[in-house]
Amino acid sequence: MSLPSPSLPPWLSRRSVPILAAPLAGCNMVVMNPSGDIAVQQRDLILISTGLMLLIVLPVMGLVVWFALRYRATNAASEKDYDPDWDHSTKLELLIWSAPLLIIIALGALTWLSTHKLDPYRPLDRIDSNMRVDPRVKPLTVQVVALDWKWLFIYPELGIATVNELALPVNVPVRFDITASTVMNSFYVPELAGMIYAMPGMKTQLHAVANRPVTSKGLSANYSGAGFSHMRFAYRAMDRAGFDAWAAKVRTSPVALDRPVYLELARPTEKAPVAYFRTGDARLFDAVVNLCPKPGQRCMGELMHVDMMGGAGKESARDTRGLQYDFPNSHVIEQTDRNRGQETAPDAAGSAHAPSADHSNHSGANAHAQHQ
Amino acid sequence: MTTAQMIFGRLTWDAFPWHEPIVVATFVAVLLGGAALVGALTYFRLWGYLWKEWFTSVDHKKIGIMYMVLGLVMFLRGFADAIMMRIQQAWAFNGSEGYLNAHHYDQVFTAHGVIMIFFVAMPFITGLMNYIVPLQIGARDVSFPFLNNFSFWMTTGGAILVMCSLFLGEFAQTGWLAYPPLSGIDYSPATGVDYYIWALQVAGVGTTLSGINLIATIVKMRAPGMSLMKMPVFTWTSLCANVLIVASFPILTATLVLLSLDRYAGTNFFTNDFGGNPMMYVNLIWIWGHPEVYILILPLFGVFSEVVSTFSSKRLFGYTSMVYATCTIMVLSYLVWLHHFFTMGSGASVNSFFGITTMIISIPTGAKLFNWLFTMYRGRIRYELPMMWAVAFMLTFTVGGMTGVLLAVPPADFVLHNSLFLIAHFHNVIIGGVLFGLFAAINYWWPKAFGFRLNQFWGHVSFWCWNIGFWLAFGPLYVLGLMGVTRRMRVFDDPSLQIWFVIAAIGAAIIACGIGAMLVQFAVSIWKRNELRDVTGDPWDGRTLEWATSSPPPEYNFAFTPVVYDADSWADMKKNGYQRPLTGYAPIHMPSSTGTGVILAGLATLCGFSLIWYIWWLAALGFAGLVAVAIGHTFNYKRDFYIRQEDVTRTEEARTRALAAGA
Repeated sequence: MSLPSPSLPPWLSRRSVPILAAPLAGCNMVVMNPSGDIAVQQRDLILISTGLMLLIVLPVMGLVVWFALRYRATNAASEKDYDPDWDHSTKLELLIWSAPLLIIIALGALTWLSTHKLDPYRPLDRIDSNMRVDPRVKPLTVQVVALDWKWLFIYPELGIATVNELALPVNVPVRFDITASTVMNSFYVPELAGMIYAMPGMKTQLHAVANRPVTSKGLSANYSGAGFSHMRFAYRAMDRAGFDAWAAKVRTSPVALDRPVYLELARPTEKAPVAYFRTGDARLFDAVVNLCPKPGQRCMGELMHVDMMGGAGKESARDTRGLQYDFPNSHVIEQTDRNRGQETAPDAAGSAHAPSADHSNHSGANAHAQHQ
Repeated sequence: MTTAQMIFGRLTWDAFPWHEPIVVATFVAVLLGGAALVGALTYFRLWGYLWKEWFTSVDHKKIGIMYMVLGLVMFLRGFADAIMMRIQQAWAFNGSEGYLNAHHYDQVFTAHGVIMIFFVAMPFITGLMNYIVPLQIGARDVSFPFLNNFSFWMTTGGAILVMCSLFLGEFAQTGWLAYPPLSGIDYSPATGVDYYIWALQVAGVGTTLSGINLIATIVKMRAPGMSLMKMPVFTWTSLCANVLIVASFPILTATLVLLSLDRYAGTNFFTNDFGGNPMMYVNLIWIWGHPEVYILILPLFGVFSEVVSTFSSKRLFGYTSMVYATCTIMVLSYLVWLHHFFTMGSGASVNSFFGITTMIISIPTGAKLFNWLFTMYRGRIRYELPMMWAVAFMLTFTVGGMTGVLLAVPPADFVLHNSLFLIAHFHNVIIGGVLFGLFAAINYWWPKAFGFRLNQFWGHVSFWCWNIGFWLAFGPLYVLGLMGVTRRMRVFDDPSLQIWFVIAAIGAAIIACGIGAMLVQFAVSIWKRNELRDVTGDPWDGRTLEWATSSPPPEYNFAFTPVVYDADSWADMKKNGYQRPLTGYAPIHMPSSTGTGVILAGLATLCGFSLIWYIWWLAALGFAGLVAVAIGHTFNYKRDFYIRQEDVTRTEEARTRALAAGA
């Protein structure tokens, strides 16, 4: 599906942006001047929509000022025109309903197209306004986990992971898979693309691409507790060689990100420093999404499958401890003690079963049978 | 469980925030101020007067004024929170943590939002509707006068619980809508969210009942001849707002019940455990939350209609399209809630649908703006204070509306959601619309309520401070939003942002001057009330029925129920040479005052308070008392009385003499 792109003609955006930004020289309006193509298109959409609305807003505001002055009682001219019983005009009524309607039809069409075109779940079809995506190139996957209160980025294809540092190669499409460990956050890199929520037990997605090397910041845009204000990360877009060197450097980290390391990392901390890891557990992200990173926890995907197959029967009532994820009085996932002896999760580290996304190998009956 | 825990629940000495010097200082100030107030009331022997004439009164006019006072007091609290945030954000740069720690700051922004919406805007508009609607439709009171008194005290009970949280325990640190899982017991184990829940539940009962009351009043108690399409526009917008209240507040109540069950009973509606679904909460709360913003703005649209028409000395242009626009907005406000979370991963078609329905609301809203505009056209506009606020509203609100439509475009929202651009947008419509409308309404109807006008000079000072202060405070937030700065941040690391926060803080200081000037305006006007006296009851050459009676209106509003032939009924009566009848008075049937509303609301508040602190026995006792008093009240048969004919005659003759002396 190829949708027309509602972006500004380059000559217009080249000229209008500096003009709009001129009175604000000295401040970095990153939303108005981003370096990633998705954010650029979102910027263009803001400018076009604003322009469309100004078509009606400016005349209205002008009329308000004009009428307010023209028809003031102290203006002698207003006496001549005074008509206290004039309260209806079919022509004007038509105009005042249809003029906004026309603008909204135009804006609505633009909204429908741009919302589909810029849907965060939609794989990219262009790198920038001049370059299309090479269909043979597989997008780079970055798994994002919002922890209390820091960001974990896992690059499954590269076998590396970082805390509070997101590096991307320029002009390579990226797919972010996003989740959170405890409460809602929002993953936002103003330079790169719009935000999307990071929510526990759920996976959201964002497709984006960086177009030029830049060093900037990303942040959580949804309040998530005491350490929220410091929940920022370094965002670095690099050329291919720079990125490869960076990835190689991360890969030399002595620490492998396995379940125990993750659980330690997931404890609430503020202003966490940048940290590098090798990946130690390929299924970690799926386990986090399914709320079962700890031994003893039962994965949501598995349970949904059990439910889909008709549920697990009365005997399963005793297994509820494996369904507890949150614990009182902290943002910590700390339940080893509670779940000791409950080996219900087929995806505990080292287990042979696939954790979550694909549960076709577990029938409800099988899953239930495991607990017998 | 120890005995102390059994008796006091989790209320211990540690619940007092000894370690927060700012809170302790505030507490001392409130204590001294409160003691002075209580002392003064006792010294001047005003308790009996207050109890008999105000607290237990079922007169819609007195209840309306009490709502306005509640709104004003809570406004000062909410604004204090705003100033604290502005100072913190202008300060916390270059490694400085500012002066508020996260625990305190996060309560401040939550309290600011909750207070401003639930305990400032809601009491203000409910008070306004309470006072004006019965007068505009020529009624003697609302349909259910006792219920009205009870509703007011429930709202006050909620406000008291919020204020308690300042000095006893803590308030929620969740943002004003308390999204789970953060607001769940696992992540917010202290009293904060419980204060939030019970304050809103107690006040919510009041709001819902007052909505039912006003709908019944408008539907059933209009003066003869006042068909729906001859109702004043303010009454129309009030009707729509109350329909929204009745249809949406139960959703809030139910949502908060589910959240309380999660917190108190260990259910898992919105938790991460056991397959709970926090997204469901977000959906439910916004299905209430979006209609809520129209509940706030619609009555003020009515105020502007009255004000613009009165001060242009002209009929309202397009009455019919105004009514249809209001009803359209009422219905559409239920079809847009998802635009508050485009960024939570809905599909493109869902997002587009809700984006486009949101934009469609701007069509009837735009039509309303044009109607006001063409009401001014060929009028003779008198720039009294209410009209100044109306013009300021038209200019300010248009900008807010435009940025709102921009936020309704989902891909644009992806970069603007939760940013300071959004904060600037909704303050632009809420201050520029709701507050400016309230200031117009206060200046417009004050002479009706008290019999004297408000001082112009201080009104002008307040007007200009507010207008300049508003743009200085929120203009920078638009810019900061475009710089990628998001809301609820306590500290910043990019020094280039600081200048904008400093400007915003200066703007807030100018707004503070505007508020101060308004308080001075009230004080000066009361002091010089004899110079500002209006005996006609119709100081602005008004057009609707409330101006047909004296100022302040007698207890019974109208000695004779007026007969209506036109939407601008009072203007119509004046044009056709209406003569005030001077004889033929009859006894008037009126509802009696009762203290039951105060007692019931007091017990409900006590019940809420004990639930917050886990004092189970007291909660049970409070609830049992609530039920017992409610049942007991059904055996109270002394609910009404007649104002004797002599008293009506005396009151009306006094007015006749006053009118003759004034003429």
